Order: sequence, then structure tokens, then C-alpha cells
Amino acid sequence: MINKVVSGAEEAIHDISDGVTIMLGGFGLCGIPENCINALVAKKTKNLTCISNNAGVDDFGIGLMLKQRQVKKMISSYVGENAEFERQLLSGELEVDLIPQGTLATRCLAAGYGMPAIFTPAGVGTEVAEGKEIRNFDGKDYLMEYAFDADFALVKAWKGDTAGNLIFRSTSRNFNPVMAMAGKTTIAEVEELVEAGELDPDHIHTPGIYVHRIFQGKDYEKRIEQRTVRKK
Amino acid sequence: MAFSKEEIAQRIAKEIKDGYYVNLGIGIPTLVANYIPKGINIVLQSENGLLGMGPFPFEGEEDADLINAGKQTITTLPGSSIFDSAMSFGMIRAQKVDLTILGAMEVSENGDIANWKIPGKMVKGMGGAMDLVASAKNIIVAMQHINKAGESKLLPNCTLPLTGVKCIRKVVTELAVLDILTEGGFKLLERAPGVSVDFIKQSTLGRLVVEGEIPEMQLN
Repeated sequence: MINKVVSGAEEAIHDISDGVTIMLGGFGLCGIPENCINALVAKKTKNLTCISNNAGVDDFGIGLMLKQRQVKKMISSYVGENAEFERQLLSGELEVDLIPQGTLATRCLAAGYGMPAIFTPAGVGTEVAEGKEIRNFDGKDYLMEYAFDADFALVKAWKGDTAGNLIFRSTSRNFNPVMAMAGKTTIAEVEELVEAGELDPDHIHTPGIYVHRIFQGKDYEKRIEQRTVRKK
Repeated sequence: MAFSKEEIAQRIAKEIKDGYYVNLGIGIPTLVANYIPKGINIVLQSENGLLGMGPFPFEGEEDADLINAGKQTITTLPGSSIFDSAMSFGMIRAQKVDLTILGAMEVSENGDIANWKIPGKMVKGMGGAMDLVASAKNIIVAMQHINKAGESKLLPNCTLPLTGVKCIRKVVTELAVLDILTEGGFKLLERAPGVSVDFIKQSTLGRLVVEGEIPEMQLN
């Protein structure tokens, strides 16, 4: 059996080179691959195209890569919480492709399912539709959107095993399973890595066939973006 | 007296039926959850991958892995389920969600909506709004009728980049409840207490259709 287990983030991302396209799981700061992002920040890889629902905040997540000007292009659905991002966008330093969130998720899914394109009504009649093929099915217009083509997918799971099988926890699942399926090379960092056989096959969210490298991450900060509570 | 944001939310809550699966947008729509009538049980969908969104956690019980689409810490409820983002938008696209409530910067008399971008000023992105308006069978827009400069946000045509076309059928504002007619035009259904039909006319730049007596909005 191929050994998928690597020592840590540094080894996992060793061949992510300047100019490649990477996907990063997570919604806001929830379920982001913190270890891999920190390793890319340390490695100072440049001219990256990043496919991620959000762009982190100024001092955490993808925001750290933006600050070092490592990102050439962002493909996201919502980038509201990052002042540096907005500055780079308005000054033209950063290319940004804003796309509907469901389109983003489904373009990942298509890649992982081996389908070249999807048809979605999201964005019909808006600037998102500019230059795209429109097909009418049963009287309703749909945009043709292509499956993503990403060199690497970086995902974060709760538990994983040495065969690459992944289990996600709560809403930190979000984009992680569909991105795991979509990367040409998928790197999974997990909070707890166990031997193959220790996870119940019925509980696996992402089968190991989609995962090429796996490691147990460390020092998870799991920052909360909006801490909302009620009184007891 | 024009309605407050809370009162807009309270009025919209009356549109919710027992058993509905509902997606609430950020802003006034989020407040609707506080006014669900007694005896009505609904399931809130959060598009980051949760059905059955519960209230905020008690202090000290926040879980960084459990948030809603507004990135707020929340809780689950008995019967909740978790899924990935593709399935989340799959159920939206397949019209499994009964009602979508969202905010808007502008709405036009033919049901177009703009709520995601102000060119040169605000570039936050559309999030899930374009998917929701393109697919939802039942959308209510919660919005301010007039902006801070006193200009109407209910227009013949939207001036801002569109989020979706011909998709909005009902609008609730601080001044009125209106249906958008399939042939075009805002049909005035109810007015906020003490707000005159004339004032609503002045505040609506799009075509306003007024037929007969217009009752005042009731909250209970």
C-alpha cells in the first residue's frame, strides 16, 4: 500500500511551487487548513491562484498569504472581512473572480465526479453570466460553468486514517469534502490521525482514494470570527 | 410611524407556515427567527451546511466548528443535520427549501434584485445570494423602502449590478407590504400604521399599484 502519511505541513506542501492553483477548504475561518496555510506563508510561495470560499481575515488564514503578496488571483464567493484584500483589489494588485457560492461548491463537485461542466441558474441575467454559454431546459435559463482544475487541494478534517479516509466535524465540513475530491493532489491535515481500520467505514465522509497526503496537524487555533452567545 | 427593523421582521414572520424549511439572510432576515409564532415549527437552513440551526450557545459553550453562514457561533437542535456545501446548494437549487428571506439594496418593479455590489465602493461578493434568488420558489425581501438620502429603493429598474432577475414576488419595508406583479409593478397590500398611501407613492419610484382601501399592517 502506498504510504500517504507525511510528517507535517512542510513536507506535505514541499512541491507546491510558484504559479500553481490551489483549493483551500473552510467557510470563513471554520475548517480551514491552518497548518498548510502557515507552511505556505513560511515558504513564501508566490503567484498562487487560490480557490476558497473566503479570503480569511487580515491576520489569520489566507489573509496571511495576502499580506505577503503571495496570491495572484482569488476565486471566492465572499471576501468581506479582509481590509488588505479590499485594498489590493481596488488598487488592481490582486485579480479576483467572485462567483456564486453554490457554483463554487458544485464546480468542485463536478471535478471530483469527473464531469467537465455543470448547468446552474445562479447568475443568469447578471454580470456573472457575461461571456458564458446559456442553455434553456424546460423554459428556464442555466449557465454552463466548468469543473475546477486545481493542482492541489488543501483540506482540514477532524479525523483521518493512514489510508486517507476522512471524517469531518460539524459545520467545519463545508467545502472540505468537495475540494478533497477536486484536487489533482489532495493534502489533508487532521486533528487526529489513526491507523487504517480504526474508523468505521460507515462513518467515512471522504474515501481515501481522493486523498494523496495526510498528516496530523498541530497547534490548531480555530479562531472564531463572530463570537455570539446568550446568557444562562 | 414607519416600522423598525424588528417590526419588519415581526411582520415577515407571519408569512411562515408550520413545517417550512427556511433560509434567512444576514441583517433584518436573521431577526425573523425571534418572532416565529407559537405553535409553528420550522427548520432553519444555514447554507454553510446545516439544517436545524439553533440559538446562540451559552457563554463558554461556543464551538469554533459550529457556525452559521454569518460566521456566528450557533447550536444544533434535536433533528439537526450537517452536510457539505455542494449538498447545501443542491437542496436550494432543487427547491427543497420552502422560503428564502433576504435583504436588498434595490428591487425593481419586474422583480429584479440587487444586493451584492456597489461598483468602486463595496466588493464583498455575492456569497450564496445568487444561488438562492435563482432557485428559490418563494422569496421575501426585507429592506428599507428609502435610503438615508431619502431616495426610493423600489425602482423601475435597478441601478446597481443585479443579483437575480424577475425572481422577487414579495417585499416588506418599514412603510409597506407589497407584491410584485408578474406583469410588473408593486402592488400595495398593507401600510405601516399611520403611514399614508400618498407617502408610500412618493417613496416608490417604480410603478405602484393601489386598489381600494389599503389596511394597516398587523403584527399579531
